[in-house]
Amino acid sequence: MQVYLPIAEMSVNALLVLGMGGLVGFLSGMFGVGGGFLMTPLLIFIGVPPAIAVGTQANQLVAASVSGVLAHWRRGNVDVKLGVVMLLGGMVGTVVGVWIFSILQRIGQIDAAITLSYVFFLGTIGTMMMVEASRALIRRRAPTAKRGKLHRHMWLHGLPLKMRFQRSKLYISALLPAGIGAVGGMLVAIMGIGGGFMLVPAMIYLLNMPTGLVAGTSLFQIIFTTAMATLLQAATNQTVDVMLALLLLIGGVVGAQFGTKAGGRLRGEQARLLLASLVVAVALKLAFDLVMEPNDVFTISTRMS
Amino acid sequence: MSAVRKGAGRLWSVRIAGGVVGLLAGVFLAATVWAQQLVADLSSHLIAITTGFTGTEVVLFGTTDGAGDVAIVVTGPRTPVTVRRKERIAGIWINARSVRFEQVPGYYMVATNRPLDQFVGRPVLERHQIGLPNLQLGPREQLAPDQLALFRSALIRNKQRAGLYGITLGQVAFLGERLFRTNIYFPANVPTGLYNVEALLIRDGEVVSAQTTPLVVSKVGFSAEIYDFARNQPMIYGVAAVIGAIAAGWLAGAIFRRV
Repeated sequence: MQVYLPIAEMSVNALLVLGMGGLVGFLSGMFGVGGGFLMTPLLIFIGVPPAIAVGTQANQLVAASVSGVLAHWRRGNVDVKLGVVMLLGGMVGTVVGVWIFSILQRIGQIDAAITLSYVFFLGTIGTMMMVEASRALIRRRAPTAKRGKLHRHMWLHGLPLKMRFQRSKLYISALLPAGIGAVGGMLVAIMGIGGGFMLVPAMIYLLNMPTGLVAGTSLFQIIFTTAMATLLQAATNQTVDVMLALLLLIGGVVGAQFGTKAGGRLRGEQARLLLASLVVAVALKLAFDLVMEPNDVFTISTRMS
Repeated sequence: MSAVRKGAGRLWSVRIAGGVVGLLAGVFLAATVWAQQLVADLSSHLIAITTGFTGTEVVLFGTTDGAGDVAIVVTGPRTPVTVRRKERIAGIWINARSVRFEQVPGYYMVATNRPLDQFVGRPVLERHQIGLPNLQLGPREQLAPDQLALFRSALIRNKQRAGLYGITLGQVAFLGERLFRTNIYFPANVPTGLYNVEALLIRDGEVVSAQTTPLVVSKVGFSAEIYDFARNQPMIYGVAAVIGAIAAGWLAGAIFRRV
C-alpha cells in the first residue's frame, strides 16, 4: 500500500514504514532509549531526505516517549525531580545544538558531521557499555569474585549546588544531571535523536542512579527535548512530515508497549549488553560507509544552502 | 468545517486553473491550426498529487499534415541545484568541491518516432534543447570545461537515478501516416509546478512546426492541505504536530493498559 508523503514529496510503502516504526518502538520500550539512532539511518536508507528524516523523527519520538513513560510511570519508575533538572540543561543544549547545526549547514559539511558524530558517540558509548555489561555478567557467574565498592567517589561528586533526589536515593550536584541533559539536548538538535543511548549509560555510570529508574526518567526528559526539536525544525526548516510521523508513531507506540513488557523480563546486564551490541553494530555500519568509496561520489541537492 | 470548505475551495481552484490552462491551449490551437502543420494535445492538463499518488501516465496525441518526424520534449519547472563531489580526506569521504546550476528542470523527457541522429542535425538539437546533451542547465561557477562536464553528467546521472530524467528516448508511435501518440510517465516524486510539453515537427532536418502545451502538476486534497499548513503557518504546524504526537502516545498507552 503506497502513501504519498506531502513534505518529503515521495511515495512510500505504508506497511514497510509501519514495520520499521514497530521494530524501533519495540527496542525503544525495551531499553528505554528513543530509538532515533536506528530510525534516522533506516529512513535515509529507504530514500527519505536526511533533513526530513531528522525533523520527522523528533516528532514521532514525542509519541513514542509519551507512551513509553506511561508504562514506566505506572510502575513508579520515573524520578520527576531529576528529570526536570536534566530537562533544564536539555533546553540549553538544544539551543546550542541548533546553532552548531546552522554553522555546519553553512559550510556544507552537515552530512559528514552527522555521520561522524554518530560513529563517535555510538562507537564510544557502545564499546564502554559492552565492556561494563560483560564484566557484570561475568561477575554474576563467579560469586567468589570480590564485590565492588558500593559507592565510588569521583571528582564529579565534588561539584557545588548539591541537591537531594529522594526517589533515586541520591545526593549529588544539580550540575551533573543538568550537564548530561545539555549534551542530550545537543544530540537531539544535531543528530535528530532522543539521545537515550547516551543518557541511559550516563545516568547509570555517572549518577549511579538505580537502574530501574533510568529508562523512565530518560524517556520523561526526552519527551520535552524532542517536542522542542520538532517545533524548531517545523518553524525554521519545514522538515516535519506529519504523514510520515503518523505512520512511524502508529508502529512505534504499539511496538513500545510490547518492548516495555519484554524489557521487564530481561536482567539489567543482559539488556545493557544487547543494547550495546546494537549500538556498536550501527556505529560499525556507519563507519564502514564513511570509509568505503561511495557508488557515486557526486550528490545533488535542490534545497537552498 | 471551515477547513473542509477551504480544502474544497482549493481543489476547485486547482481544477479551474487546470481547466483554464486547457482552454487556453485549445484557443491557441484553434487560432493557429490553419497555419499549423502539427497539432497535439494531452489526455490531461493537470496531474493531481493525492495521498494515494504513485505516479501517473499522460498520453500525448496529435496529427501532422504529412511527412516528417516528431519530437516531444517535456520540461519541468527550472530551479537551482547544487552538485557536490566527495573526496577522500583523512581516510573518509566528505563533500569537497561543489558547483551550482541555476536552471535545472525538475523533470526532462524526450520522445521521438526514430533515433534523433537519423533526421536532425546538431545545431537544431542545440537550439531547441532536444536531448540531455543539449539541455542548458546554467552553471554558475567558472570551471575548466572538463571539470564542468563531470559535474554536469553527475547531475544528469542523479536525476536519472531518481527517475526524473529519461534514460532513453521515449517512443512516439505513428498510427498510419499522420496520427501519432506517446505516453509520458511521471513518477511519484515528480516535482510540482508548471510543465512545458513541446511538440516539434521536423522535416528535412529543420523544425517546420512547433507547439507548446502547458501541464500543471499540483498537490490536491489532504496532502495539499498539510503542505500548505507547513509552509504558511510553520509554528502552528509544529505545535499541532507535537500535540498530535502526545495525544497518540497517550492513547496508545491507555489502550494497552487494558491488555
